[in-house]
Amino acid sequence: MALLEVKDLEAYYGQTKALHGVTFELEEGGITTILGANGAGKTTTLRALCAMVRTNGSMLYDGGHLDGKSTEAVAALSIAHVPEGRGTFVRETTEENLTLGAYTRSDKAGVKEDMDRVFSYFPRLHERRNQQAGTLSGGEQQMLAVGRAMMMRPRLMLLDEPSFGLAPMLVKELFDILRAINESEKVSMLIVEQNANLALGLADHAYLLETGRVVLSGTSEEIRSDESVRESYLGY
Amino acid sequence: MDLLIQQVLGGLATGGIYACLALAVVMIYQAIDHFNFAQGEMATFSTFVCWQLIFWGMDYWLAFALTLILSFVAGVVIERVVFKPIHDAPVMSHVIVFIALFSVFNSVSGFIWDFTIKEMPSPFPKEPLFGNTYIGMHETGMVFVTVIMLCLIFAFFRYTKIGLAMRAAAANPDSARLVGVNVGWMLALGWGLAAAVGAVGGIMIAPMVFLDPNMMLGILLYGFAGAVVGGLTSPGGAVVGGFMVGVIENLMGTFVPFIGTQLKLSVALLLIVIVLLVRPAGLFGRVVVSRV
Repeated sequence: MALLEVKDLEAYYGQTKALHGVTFELEEGGITTILGANGAGKTTTLRALCAMVRTNGSMLYDGGHLDGKSTEAVAALSIAHVPEGRGTFVRETTEENLTLGAYTRSDKAGVKEDMDRVFSYFPRLHERRNQQAGTLSGGEQQMLAVGRAMMMRPRLMLLDEPSFGLAPMLVKELFDILRAINESEKVSMLIVEQNANLALGLADHAYLLETGRVVLSGTSEEIRSDESVRESYLGY
Repeated sequence: MDLLIQQVLGGLATGGIYACLALAVVMIYQAIDHFNFAQGEMATFSTFVCWQLIFWGMDYWLAFALTLILSFVAGVVIERVVFKPIHDAPVMSHVIVFIALFSVFNSVSGFIWDFTIKEMPSPFPKEPLFGNTYIGMHETGMVFVTVIMLCLIFAFFRYTKIGLAMRAAAANPDSARLVGVNVGWMLALGWGLAAAVGAVGGIMIAPMVFLDPNMMLGILLYGFAGAVVGGLTSPGGAVVGGFMVGVIENLMGTFVPFIGTQLKLSVALLLIVIVLLVRPAGLFGRVVVSRV
């Protein structure tokens, strides 16, 4: 049984249907990426998992139903969502942002340990820990968003376009850290990305979405060598 | 010199009133990101409740405590019943509801307790501190109560997990939910606390200005001025701002010939405008920088 099993997921923004029956799964410890162009429904999929949009269909996490739960209840299941646009608490300090990531936890010692760990992965955040988070650069805010997710000590991390607006060097740094987190902390990841090359380098499985439907799925290798994907998304 | 000291201390006394109210205004702003125009009327209503309990023979401090608890509960209930349905509505809807609350509380206070003024007892002894002639005991006591309340609120927002969660819920509800915060209940809690703070303000103010349903009308504006001058993100700033408004208002009224007592309110309004022009975040407010 996979950690996350989604079947025939439909999602709505008001009356508009954005997902038309999406089916995918994620094994525990794995990294899966959802690819697609703008408007394909990638962000909607992550939002559906966190009850941020109206849904139909079944979403099973660790055997239990996610559908019907509130956003904060989903978070309490150790699912950390790094949203599109980072969702930084701009008025609060860097450190307060991280503390909020651990809101659902009660083990003080573990939280302190994780804060130190986040600072060791992202030394820049440690330098700026008492600064208002809104004054951090885009790259730093992205690190902060990932750090905040790590503070939950999640079993599953959902990342929405983590490379967005970041300089290439920073993106490589970030993705290396994501791989490290996946390997050493055993965090399963579902990553939505427009940058297909990048995502396929990190993930082991991939799904391709087009206007709210899964049109292709397979291992990263299979997707990467697929002709149509190469032409449309990888550019060669 | 004597006149200066007298006016400064007098200003601190009235400033204490404004500081109390400014604190309640900032509390609610921190919790819900809106101004609650009905804050003053809710405080007046709470004060009437306290007065009634004392009138029926209850001990002052017991009545005080009970009123705070009832005000807290009322605040929570108002948020859940009145504001939850309009949560995602535009700002104007919120403003209309605040104004409606204002009218409702004002009228109900008048309906139950009529519009004749009542005398509210003071819990502080009659003998002025150190026998001075500048500032009465009640005024001094009020300043102390305000400062203590301020410290408690500051500590709450700064050092407790729930205080941080409340700030987060107000600032960015979507992100707050993603980390597991129940935003709805944080808002309700914020309302409850603000109602309780307002109640303390009203109970402290009433012995000085006499209790009637319109007690807060003149004062609310000064409270807002104090909150704006001090900075809406800073409870400490709000209190300092309140005291400043009191002192400035008094000094200007005494020493600037054409202001006198008639234009004192204008001084408060002018202060708001100047602060918003020169330093919109207030003297102690955090300047919010958002990078695109």
